[in-house]
Amino acid sequence: MEKRILKDDNDRVDGILKVTGQAKYFAEYELPGLTYGVLVTSTITKGKITALDTKAAEKAPGVIAVVSHLNKPSAAAYEQEGGPQMKIFYTDKIFYNGQPIAIVVANTFERATYAASLVKATYVKEDFNTDFEKALKDPKAKKLQGQADYKRGIENAYKTAEVKLEERYFLPIETHNPMELHGIIADWRPNNQLTVYAKTQGVKATQGTIANVFKIPMENIQVNSEFVGGGFGMALRTWPLEIATVMASKHIGKPVKVVITRMQMFTMVGNRPAAIQTIGLGANKDGKLTGITHRAYGETSTYENFTEGVVNMAKFMYQCDNVNTAYAIVPVDLGVPIWMRGPGEATGAFALESAIDEMAHALDMDPLDFRIKNDPETDQQKNKPFSSKNIKEAYKIGAEKIGWSNRKNKPGSLIEGSWQTGYGVSVGVFNANRGKASVKGILKADGSLLLQSATSDIGPGTGTGMTLIANKLMKIPVNKITFELGDSSLPPAPSQGGSATLSTVGSAVNDVCVALKSAIAELAANSNMDATANFVDVLKKNNLPSIEVTKESQGGKERDNYSMYSFSIHFVQVKVHALTGVVKVSKIVYVGDSGTIVSPKTARSQMLGGAVGGIGMALTEESIVDHRYGRYINNNFADYHVPVNADVPEIDVNFINKPDPYINPMGAKGMGEIALIGFSAAVANAVFNATGKRIRTLPITPDKILA
Amino acid sequence: MKSSDQKPNEGDSRRDFLKKSSVITAIALTPGVAVKAAENKADERFAELFEKIPLKLTVNNKAYQTMVEPRVTLLDYLREELHLTGTKKGCDHGQCGACTVHVDGQRVNSCLSLAVMNEGKKITTIEGLANGETLHPMQAAFIKHDGFQCGYCTPGQIMSAVACVREGHTGSRAEISEYMSGNICRCGAYPNIVDAIIEVKEGGATV
Repeated sequence: MEKRILKDDNDRVDGILKVTGQAKYFAEYELPGLTYGVLVTSTITKGKITALDTKAAEKAPGVIAVVSHLNKPSAAAYEQEGGPQMKIFYTDKIFYNGQPIAIVVANTFERATYAASLVKATYVKEDFNTDFEKALKDPKAKKLQGQADYKRGIENAYKTAEVKLEERYFLPIETHNPMELHGIIADWRPNNQLTVYAKTQGVKATQGTIANVFKIPMENIQVNSEFVGGGFGMALRTWPLEIATVMASKHIGKPVKVVITRMQMFTMVGNRPAAIQTIGLGANKDGKLTGITHRAYGETSTYENFTEGVVNMAKFMYQCDNVNTAYAIVPVDLGVPIWMRGPGEATGAFALESAIDEMAHALDMDPLDFRIKNDPETDQQKNKPFSSKNIKEAYKIGAEKIGWSNRKNKPGSLIEGSWQTGYGVSVGVFNANRGKASVKGILKADGSLLLQSATSDIGPGTGTGMTLIANKLMKIPVNKITFELGDSSLPPAPSQGGSATLSTVGSAVNDVCVALKSAIAELAANSNMDATANFVDVLKKNNLPSIEVTKESQGGKERDNYSMYSFSIHFVQVKVHALTGVVKVSKIVYVGDSGTIVSPKTARSQMLGGAVGGIGMALTEESIVDHRYGRYINNNFADYHVPVNADVPEIDVNFINKPDPYINPMGAKGMGEIALIGFSAAVANAVFNATGKRIRTLPITPDKILA
Repeated sequence: MKSSDQKPNEGDSRRDFLKKSSVITAIALTPGVAVKAAENKADERFAELFEKIPLKLTVNNKAYQTMVEPRVTLLDYLREELHLTGTKKGCDHGQCGACTVHVDGQRVNSCLSLAVMNEGKKITTIEGLANGETLHPMQAAFIKHDGFQCGYCTPGQIMSAVACVREGHTGSRAEISEYMSGNICRCGAYPNIVDAIIEVKEGGATV
């Protein structure tokens, strides 16, 4: 389709494709001879498959093949000893309920779905445990260190403080649930040539994983993933179901498409693991923190360990000479977790930012004043100055906008009819990353610029951000710039995760633009043109249809000298219904301190998304397992409650928008994670302010308010 | 062979089914011929006659006359048969709204409707909303207000939003939010979606 001209430079470059239904997601590619795969999954939680009866399925109409551990094609890495425990179709072991055990391929989706219902497995069952709390209490159950213990000053100093608290916080399993169902189209052709259409946050990562499993060269594998219908972390790895689909295609020599069900989204593609955390805080009577202890346990699977940064924030967010942390993981018989937006930091911030509020209350201080009083000038963990940090200014802006002066420090003071009003604040913080990426730039005599990189866009607006960076540097109109991504044959870039894409790939775009400008200047000089001559004239005069530059870009030594973080302050007002315990988030104010805002419209939307995810985390989201059977019982959108339109109030998004002098040429720090990190604590703190009830177990459902 | 009261596809597979006496009678073959046909996989062709039924409907002002299995949902028919992939599958259970289309002007979750239930009906999908190169006002407003991020729920949101305006459920932000709550957006663009709907409503254009 011809690129229609956008009305506003800040509009999404792919907006027209998205609003007209022309944006193509992985499942929407038409391949000749395309077949449909449907996964058969285990109905037990732990044990072994003793028999798999596939005859009925194989005889069902339209069925081309049933692939399982009995007849799989070779995946060279899985033939070898070692490696992952869960080698799909290379093991008869069952590690969790809902594990894929076979794939049925047919010529229509309906036929494959029906035939999959005909596959019958028999098992020997083993005892299992899916209950994280039970495992934690069981002295015989494994607990593995998840991160090195950290200690600064005196261990557990809070215990001897003038004012102290020690509280326990519980976070249930949450499930990413992007709107697009997961899956893949795999097309294995002769001579080990493979094309896949994937839902991935990293085309190079998908290419690398498949190459490793099947031991074929990276160059043989083409990964396409231009549009991704949300990921939130779940598309940061290549899941066993994707390998199963590639195997099926290799087995039948035809392209196979698998789109998993919403129910399978709860079992096959990870989740945010449950966590139990203890925070100990000590302060003197003047309100200075004297001790922070943060101990956390996170859930993991029995077949693969998963760790994340649950206790990171406690080490640097507040000025305190005595800090110690510990983090362990506890295996249960469920599918392996994966980073979910804000990852472990969001888990940790719920506990830490709740505890900070509790300490302020214990001291009879305004929690905002308490935070400001304990705001550090330098990073005590790394013993370095912050590259940029404007959070005192952010606190001030947010407090004004939310009407913090209306807040009463005594909980339960603001009552209007049946509704109690409360205000809460919290901080989100995440490492401001910058990785290594390459970008190719082709500057053409028709006045256009084409930029290419094997990065991804799961929704934040990667192409829009990159286009605006180039637009600013090159003074080329936005509608003359095209940024191509989601294709593994383009210059390499890391996966989209950890809020690093704009910083990492944007820096490479910057470097390419700078190089193109100097190449044009050189050409101009060599052809006796003015140094400021337009590149179109310069190229034409030199009879060049285009010039091309590829640059690899990464940070230098600045990270040795500075501590780099992005910050976000969340202010919320809640209304709690006294009789029913219903909590409505009635107002939200964000103040982001994440350096330069490159793309204002999409940056604002990122913050909105964090708030909406945060409301879910705070009030409704919980994946519930029936531990008798090891199965999720609310594995659908009717029972797993993500926020809907009516749950979300107006959201006032503000940015400090001051460049970070060190991180990258744009001065821009990441935003995706900070929008969510800590938000749930702001809600919990506001609920406490409204009602005097401190809820330490998420989600904050009415039963907990009324208990 | 005892099979007179057995329905197709219950128990044995079709290749066995085709060998059954009731089918042999129905398609007027001798048992031997039918069994041989089944073994030659001719059953796949017979299946067309047995399992597919005719369907006439209009999609985006284009008339379609096809044969379709009764178990195919309108959503899968649009996506897999007509290749109109703008309509999205988010849950297949009527819980997310990503598959919203208009059926005779009403918004409907196409995953909850079988294709064959739409005989003679007029379907409009996201692909049929714009007037050539001119965007529908709701599409333009979604771009202006950034009513999406990943874009996957967007076609369903827009089809729902157009219906919301037509239904007159735009009296206030709260009313719009309520009547748009059947469409989940995991990226959280809800406030922007409401802004887009308000703009279209206040713009007064015919939607």
